[in-house]
Formats: sequence, C-alpha cells, structure tokens
Amino acid sequence: MAEKQEILEGAMAVAHAVARCRPEVIAAYPITPQTHISEELSQIVADGELDAEFVKVESEFGAASVILGASATGVRTYTATSSQGLLLMSEVLWNIAGMRLPVVLACANRSISAPLSIWCDHQDAEAIRDCGIIQFYAEDNQEACDQHLIAYKVAEDRRVLLPVMVNLDGFLLTHVFEPTILPDQQLADRYLPPYEAVLKLDPANPATFGAFTEPDKCMEGRWMVHDACMRSLPVIEEASAEFEKVFGRPSGGLLEEYKSRDAETILIAKGSLCGTIKDVVDEMREEGTKVGLLRIKTYRPWPTEAVLKAVSGAKQIAVIERGASFGAGGVMTPEVKETLYDAGMQTPVSGFCVQLGGREVPPDGIREIVDRVASGEKQTAYEYFRLKTEILPELVPGA
Amino acid sequence: MLKEIRIHGRGGQGSVTAAEVLAKAAFKEGTISQAFPAFGSERMGAPVRAFCRLSDKAIRTRAVIEEPDYLIVQDPTLFGQVDIFGGLKDGGVAIVNTEKPDEINVPQGAVLKPVAGTRIAMDVIGRPIPNMVMVGAFAGLTGLVSLEALQEAVKERFGGKVGDLNAEAVEKAYRAAEESK
Repeated sequence: MAEKQEILEGAMAVAHAVARCRPEVIAAYPITPQTHISEELSQIVADGELDAEFVKVESEFGAASVILGASATGVRTYTATSSQGLLLMSEVLWNIAGMRLPVVLACANRSISAPLSIWCDHQDAEAIRDCGIIQFYAEDNQEACDQHLIAYKVAEDRRVLLPVMVNLDGFLLTHVFEPTILPDQQLADRYLPPYEAVLKLDPANPATFGAFTEPDKCMEGRWMVHDACMRSLPVIEEASAEFEKVFGRPSGGLLEEYKSRDAETILIAKGSLCGTIKDVVDEMREEGTKVGLLRIKTYRPWPTEAVLKAVSGAKQIAVIERGASFGAGGVMTPEVKETLYDAGMQTPVSGFCVQLGGREVPPDGIREIVDRVASGEKQTAYEYFRLKTEILPELVPGA
Repeated sequence: MLKEIRIHGRGGQGSVTAAEVLAKAAFKEGTISQAFPAFGSERMGAPVRAFCRLSDKAIRTRAVIEEPDYLIVQDPTLFGQVDIFGGLKDGGVAIVNTEKPDEINVPQGAVLKPVAGTRIAMDVIGRPIPNMVMVGAFAGLTGLVSLEALQEAVKERFGGKVGDLNAEAVEKAYRAAEESK
C-alpha cells in the first residue's frame, strides 16, 4: 500500500485529502485560521496536480454562491472557511441545503466577533446548526482528512443529497504538525467514484432550483430537508464502514465511546478537546474513578439513538462545550437533556462552557468537572466554567 | 517517554519551522511527534513561542507546553521580556543562543547550555537565522534525534542550496554540542 504516515500541518493535509476527492470547482476566500487550506488547494490547482477550476472570489458570500451554482450544474465542489466567513456564507448555505446540493465544505472553527478573536470555539458552526447541513467534527488531523472523503460519499448518496461540513478546530488542528496519512489516490478513486447528479442545470432540460413555493407546499419542502438529514444517519455509518474496508483504518461514524461503557460519569464533547479529555479519563481511571467520554463525531443530524444507547448506564453526565446560546444555556447540553427526557430518563446532566475565544482548557479543568459532577453536585444553570468575574467591568454604574 | 520542548524566539527567526523540522526528523526514526506554534498574530520581531512533543506513543493532548523538559531560546534579548524559564522542569535544560552565558540569570534546578547560534549561522549560512543551528545543538546535546535524520528533514524542508547550507550548519552545531556534553 502506498499510504504512509507523514508529519503534516493539519490545513495542508486537509487540502491534499480534498484534492484526492477530485473536486472540479473550488471557490474560497482567505480567513484565519482556514487560509492554509484554500491557499494550498490553489497551489495544487496551479501546479496542475488537480484538474479543477479555482475561482477567486471577493468574499465568502461569493465563494458560497459560486459553489452553489457550480454544484447545481452537476459537478463536485469544495470551499473552506471560518468564523465571520461562515456567517457571511450562511444565507447561501441555507439555500444550498434547501436545494439539496451535495457541497462539501470545511469550517476551521473560530470564535465569532465581537470581541474580535481569531481563536477556536464552536459558535461559528453552531450558528448554522439548523440549516440542514450535516456536520462532522474531527478530533485529530487524520480524522479531519478522512471525514472529507466520507463527507462526499454521504453528501452525494442519493438517499441524502445534502451539504456536509467538516469541522476542524482552528489552530488546534489546522496549525498542528502531526503524523497523518494522506489517502492514496487509487483508493480514494475506488471509494469515491465521479459524482453523477440526479438533477442539474442543463439548457437541454431546463429545471429550477429553489423555486418560489406557496404555503400549501413549502412546509413539505422544508420537511424533506429534515427527512434527508435523518436518513443520512445510517448512510454515514455505511460510508464509514466502507471507508474502513477500503483504507484499512476506522474513521468517521456517528460517535466514539471511550471507556464509557461501564462509566458512572460520562463526559460528552466534540472536536480536538477530546484528546485532552481522553488523557484525563485514563489518569482518573487509574485512580479508580469510573469516568468515560462520549465523543460526538456527527453533530447534525443529532444521533439520538446512538447517544441514548451510549449514556444509558451513566449515573451523571457532563456536557463540555465550546459554545453557548446567549440568553438561554448551552447548545449541545439541551440536546442531551432532550434525548434523555424523551426516553423517560432522569440522569442528571450538567453543562459547561469551558472555552470561548480560544482560552486554554487545562487537564485539571476537566478533572474538576468530573470531580464535581461525580460528587453529586446539582447544576441549576449552564455554567461558564472558570469565568474570571474579577476582571468584569462594572457595566451599569451602581447596578 | 514523553519529552516536551518549548522554543522561544522572535517573529522571523523561524521558531515554528524549528519545531516542525524537529518533529519531522524525530518521526523518521519512529518517534511519534507533534509540533505547533503558540497561536497568535505573530509579527516580525515580536516574541513568539513554538512547541514540540516527542513520544513513544500517540500524542492526544494539544495543550500548550507549560512544563517543558527542554527550552530552546533563539534570542537572548528575550530574557527579562518574557518568562523564559517559567515552568521548566527541575533539571530541565535551556539551550540558549548566546556567547555571553554569564549574563543569563539561571534559576536553581535549570541547566544552561549556551550555543553560538547566530555566529554559526553567519559563518555557514551567511544569514543571522539561528533556528536550524539551535535544533542541531538540541540533537547533539540530547541524542533524542540523530544527526542524519535531522539533516534529511532540513534538506526536505528547505531544498536546494539553502537546504545544504542549513544541513551543514546543523552538523557544525551538532558536533560542537556533542563535545560540550
């Protein structure tokens, strides 16, 4: 086999993995920390290593619009962005999902302004949570690469036909050099045959995408997006199983259960923080604490049944988030609670926002959360963990 | 075995490249490695940090290295501006680009290994970019990376004449460091 591990920067590795998926149209606009992905893809196209059109655009709105149009003509497309860039794309992304276009994009997760921050959290991706884009989250760069192949496989599956976004934590993955296998081109071609659209823009057979729809049909059109999302759950599992068969290593899937089968305390998280959490789980296991991790790899659609099965034996659950819903609570925390409630379960669930805007989450923070929930501490509201109240200004004098 | 290295330098001195080359060289010999910058808005001349982990098993953590085993300091003018020795493990080694080691206030428990990094870089490469020299010295002092693997990684990273010159500088620093052990 031609595949071997190399030390690669995350963004570079993703760019080369994407190139091996043979997208025909790529459009992107630079934004930290995504830039290396589109920069490298532009280089790969310019070097003639990938037969694709790289469209330089004036903004992320333009990038998403080019991708929408290109995908509607029946070709494989790609874009990558972060933070404000994703938000600028968002109007188009809802359309892409509604038009059932199998676009694949990457989000190098980064905080949203204001205050201005270039560092990682998940608020960008979570802001477009409800639009009908399937969302994967990578723990490491290998997974970020592999999930791109699986993303195309799922997106283009005729049972699905939806966009898929691969989330990789900005800087924490994009800028880290670590051992990574780039997918072998022949294996990639075997796994991912050329895309053949069911419907496409074709002057010989005129069609309309995203047509004006009156109230008597619009809800059904929107429901079909939901339905396609739900139908993707088994497709994601199938595509992941096939990935393992072709490439010989497991990747993708809905979630990972890490030492959680017999755990009394289960932590739920997504993204690269799970690496640190696993180290803490190992340490605390050695000390006799029955703790485990449920890592969410597919966040949309929400894998209700798989989550329920994974946490059904837990005595308490802590959801560790890099996001928040201002004015309410967490983002993933209420989803876990809903999953349990609908199944008639009363397992206590605590939610922690451990980081917004890239603050380091040291292992002792994870440990503290485990200790607190394991000791039976009852949470009354989503907690902004280790919030530095001492630096908060007095915003309303006298209040 | 887990060895954690923190590299201090200024923007433009190639600290991130040093971490990258070290990780690539070590990986050639079967050591699992990881390298990353202190993520920020780096500018020419501003203090920067980069990190490298070398291990015999998979590295899952992505936390910034707070308690390094080794420090590589590319620019001695950083002392007094940045807490260079902060968190260095007891018995930890600081490999510092300086020809005036007496001017450095070494805390108890830390070991100072001065390297004439800029001079070697000027002599061999003709430019005051000490990063590969410092990595060469690290390899010579610690034995964690072989000279051959390091030179191969350097040549792959830079290519052409720049690669050859840097590989030569690496060897000079490596030999000097080996002798100074």
